[in-house]
Amino acid sequence: MKKLINGAENVVAEALAGMAAAHRDLIRVHFEPNYIVRADAPVRGKVGLVSGGGSGHEPMHGGFVGRGMLDAACPGAIFTSPTPDQMSEATKAVNGGAGVLLIVKNYTGDIMNFEMAAELAKEDGIEVRQVVIDDDVAVKDSLYTAGRRGVGATVLAEKICGGAAEEGADLERVAALCRAVNGAARSMGLALSACTVPQAGKPSFELADDEMEFGIGIHGEPGRKRMKLEKADHVAEMLMEPILADLPFRRGDEVLLFVNGMGATPLIELYIVYRAAQAIAEKHGLAVSRRLVGPFMTSLEMAGVSITLLRLDDAMRKAWDAPVVTPAMRWGA
Amino acid sequence: MDDDGARGRDTGALIAWMRRLAATIRTHEAELTALDAAIGDGDHGANLARGFNKVEQKLDAEMPATPAALLRLVGMTLIGSVGGAAGPLYGTFFLEAGKAAGSAAELDEAGLVRCLAAGLAGVKARGKAEPGDKTMVDALTPAIEALGSRGGLAEAGRAARAGAQATAPLIARKGRASYLGERAIGHVDPGAMSSVLLIESLAEAG
Repeated sequence: MKKLINGAENVVAEALAGMAAAHRDLIRVHFEPNYIVRADAPVRGKVGLVSGGGSGHEPMHGGFVGRGMLDAACPGAIFTSPTPDQMSEATKAVNGGAGVLLIVKNYTGDIMNFEMAAELAKEDGIEVRQVVIDDDVAVKDSLYTAGRRGVGATVLAEKICGGAAEEGADLERVAALCRAVNGAARSMGLALSACTVPQAGKPSFELADDEMEFGIGIHGEPGRKRMKLEKADHVAEMLMEPILADLPFRRGDEVLLFVNGMGATPLIELYIVYRAAQAIAEKHGLAVSRRLVGPFMTSLEMAGVSITLLRLDDAMRKAWDAPVVTPAMRWGA
Repeated sequence: MDDDGARGRDTGALIAWMRRLAATIRTHEAELTALDAAIGDGDHGANLARGFNKVEQKLDAEMPATPAALLRLVGMTLIGSVGGAAGPLYGTFFLEAGKAAGSAAELDEAGLVRCLAAGLAGVKARGKAEPGDKTMVDALTPAIEALGSRGGLAEAGRAARAGAQATAPLIARKGRASYLGERAIGHVDPGAMSSVLLIESLAEAG
């Protein structure tokens, strides 16, 4: 294991301290329980947006805290859901009187911890809604699995809901928008190499130099199948095909195309994949009107890429374009 | 002679169980992590060790008065420190076991079975899991059945271990292992294995 750390035990706490110092104009970090809130929280009269999940996916979620996106993020241990006390304290800290939306990725641990947190928040008299994100088409048979994982659509939902909340949408509208984004987004990812959880000390799986792992999640867990490495254009096709077929996306749909890096894949390769993915989308008759390219939801130092396609409507497009000022996403302001 | 479940367990005896369990989890941390790396994300050992270390710290600082208070303290500590799926599941196990303990000063064998069964019911409700889903339920269910039919704790430990081993040929239906489909076949479920340690440490603590 080759990492710039001081000790596996301290990775999350030291990274949070660094984030607090680097972005003191935008965020505040609370320790024990750990959560990140926007510097001006709570914002009176605005719906609060709280998300969270295991650490190791930076900039998600902490890097998305700020005006126009999340009010709070709860980081767990690496690849481990945060605990209910983190979420319920964060919920209290951002409650501006208009209720709080919890954006939850569909993983067994996240679901259970957020459920317990929502119970606690209700005891505190805070109006809470939860929306579960489950956009990963790699997970096929929902009846016999924990269901589809929440992946790339989470980033889009957090931005879009944040934009709407900032402009005064009420809790029901923000929650409905979040469900709509999740319902209209599909994702698929693959890895060229595994990642190493600091406390585990070795890679979560082994891939030969000429292999790739297709249908991965974001926790270093193995994917659906292992196959020979293909050229970028072919990889883009393999990712886009199941995405296009699943929703399904139809000729004339206006879409947002998001090409996400898993951590170690450089931007130059992401743009090669983007170029191919956009050509495939256009050939399919889609109008790509919004784009996002970069490492926004990573898996430590995993090499790989995921693609997310979101069918836009007017409300989503407007909220996507709204100003955002966070450590990792910033435009229009 | 399997008479280990015959006498009552007071709060002190249950604390001895928790300390034994904490030590056992530290000893087996790497094994649990390796099982989890095969079909999950490789953090089960570290997460449980973090939680039970915290339990030990709490028990160094305060002495719960009753079995119910002790079990509740353990549950709340795990929920607040483990995270992942294991935090709510093991936390719920001890919280529900604590509720079933009522105001008893000690748990006789029937009382112990009642508490463990309540814990298992809580786990099944929280995780929406049934036997055969390749989860901790597959180790706890036969163990508690063995104990309930007066098999004694040593027999319960053996039943738990057999139950965990029997998860190897299964396809997982819950948790991250379920994403793997048939690739989960051949691997023992890490949660089932940590549940074996829970039961075995109860037998060892006497």
